[in-house]
Amino acid sequence: MKPQGLPIEVHDLTVSYQKKPVLYGVDLEIAEGSLVGILGPNGAGKSTLIKTIMNMIKPNGGYVKIFGDAPQKGIKRIGYIPQKESVDWDFPVTVSDVVLMGRYGHHGWLSRIGQEDRNKASECLEQVNMLAYADRPIGNLSGGQQQRVFLARALAQESEVYLMDEPFAGVDAVTEKTMISILREMQKSGKTLMVVHHDLASAKEYFDQLLLLNMRKVAYGSVPEVFTHELLQKTYGGKLAVLSEMATKVAKAS
Amino acid sequence: MNLIPKFDPVRVFLEPWSTPELISWNSQVILMGLLVCWASGMIGSFIVVRRMALMGDAISHGILPGVIIAFLAFGSLDVGPMLLGACLAGLACSFSIEWLQQNSPIKKDASMAIVFTSFFALGVTLINLQTGHLDLDTDCVLYGEIGLTPLAPNITLAGNNVGNRSLWVMGLICLIIVSLICLFYRQILVTSFDATLAHSIGLPVKSIQQFLMLLLALSTVASLESVGVILVVAMLVFPSVTASFFFSRLPSILVCTFPLGIAYTFGGFHLAYWLDCSIAAAMAITATVCFIAALGLCPNSFLWKIVAHKKSPHN
Ligand SMILES: Nc1ncnc2c1ncn2[C@@H]1O[C@H](COP(=O)(O)OP(=O)(O)OP(=O)(O)O)[C@@H](O)[C@H]1O
Ligand SMILES: [Mg+2]
Repeated sequence: MKPQGLPIEVHDLTVSYQKKPVLYGVDLEIAEGSLVGILGPNGAGKSTLIKTIMNMIKPNGGYVKIFGDAPQKGIKRIGYIPQKESVDWDFPVTVSDVVLMGRYGHHGWLSRIGQEDRNKASECLEQVNMLAYADRPIGNLSGGQQQRVFLARALAQESEVYLMDEPFAGVDAVTEKTMISILREMQKSGKTLMVVHHDLASAKEYFDQLLLLNMRKVAYGSVPEVFTHELLQKTYGGKLAVLSEMATKVAKAS
Repeated sequence: MNLIPKFDPVRVFLEPWSTPELISWNSQVILMGLLVCWASGMIGSFIVVRRMALMGDAISHGILPGVIIAFLAFGSLDVGPMLLGACLAGLACSFSIEWLQQNSPIKKDASMAIVFTSFFALGVTLINLQTGHLDLDTDCVLYGEIGLTPLAPNITLAGNNVGNRSLWVMGLICLIIVSLICLFYRQILVTSFDATLAHSIGLPVKSIQQFLMLLLALSTVASLESVGVILVVAMLVFPSVTASFFFSRLPSILVCTFPLGIAYTFGGFHLAYWLDCSIAAAMAITATVCFIAALGLCPNSFLWKIVAHKKSPHN
């Protein structure tokens, strides 16, 4: 067997929408079992980076490799939590339907979803404390509950790599703690996770590695290396005084 | 003169089934109605949940030039060329819409409106150009005449008369649609709900979408003779929208299109018999009535709120 490549390797990636570049020359090597936080201002290209890794958007330059393979091939090993805004919450599906979709990847075109898959789905719902809501339409859940459903779906996928676009958006403090402990457990069992996050203060505790992104890769490395006033300022720009003040405080405290 | 004829239940409900000839004629009409409702309802449910109800409208109008060109080229109302022409035009229509969306700043709804009206206008112009050369009934294409279904030529197989051609074609298409949807329900569901997930488990998202459009074009053109390009949209949209007041899962909504199809067909047929109007229009009116009833009776409708409000002593 040939040695496995890195879970995610991005080389000199350039992506643009209608000629306007959004990502520029991004290089990235994510080691197996990392829990990476992606930080950057709105419009920095975080979702774009994730979609490009998922091969949803064709890059204008550079390449993505997943476990050393082309993304078309490697993509089946990736699980994904979409940004909340991109989901149609009025779609007539129930919570358990959504979690079961996580199992579809384990089946061929004609094989049926079986009891095993249903059990797995219930198990994952239990893990995020949503089993009681299994038969509810997704439309009448609260924002935090919706996020937990998608986390349960990701768990049901049993992928090796996970890309999550703002899984903590609209989630209360307690749920956020539960979710992060689930992410930690996933990491312990050898999964690689990349998570887009918006809260600077908590990012420092939650993740081992941070990727600072703003069109270009500003920095990537372990939290103490990257979480510095200077680099954060560079990412978010001097404009956001509040942010930079907070960053200073956080940097001083450490 | 009365606008609305007197309602005589014996005449409306029993007369159409009183002689063997009438039964044979009318049961063919009813069967056609059921097949149209079921095929359109099934495919329409997916179109509606994908928020593409307007796409149904677009495709049903967009196939018109394809049908006319096929008619002009082959000089007959044969099903084969008509279906082929319709499918090609339907696909061309959906490709043009997608192309406009991706390669111009025009929004989705506007690009649909632009493409389908252009296609439809082209179709109407072509109809006008050919009058005098060939005999194609404009009204039939626009409004359909399901009551004339039994007039379609019979198919003979190995010397045996196996029955009405229109019914066979519609039945076959209905069967294809229902079985493909049952077989690939999972794949169609996941591409409709979350294209990214579908993509990440290796499904050909674009092809599945085009395939749905193709089924839509097929069912539309097969229903054309019966309900016309305009009313077919009602048959696409009403069943799933009505069912969604009571059910919150797609499979239940899909199953619900069957009883609704029966209600629309029988309701429309007898309504048309009473009012002496077009059966297709009467079916659409029945569908509207069912929709309004569902709107009023569904679990959290405005009617219950008014009733609860009146009962409550506090306000
Ligand atoms: N489909 C699209 N067409 C054109 N431009 C787009 C499209 N999607 C995103 N953009 C642009 O690309 C840039 C990056 O968008 P992206 O969604 O990746 O940002 P983000 O970092 O995820 O932001 P947020 O924190 O708000 O989610 C933005 O300037 C946005 O306007
Ligand atoms: Mg984003």
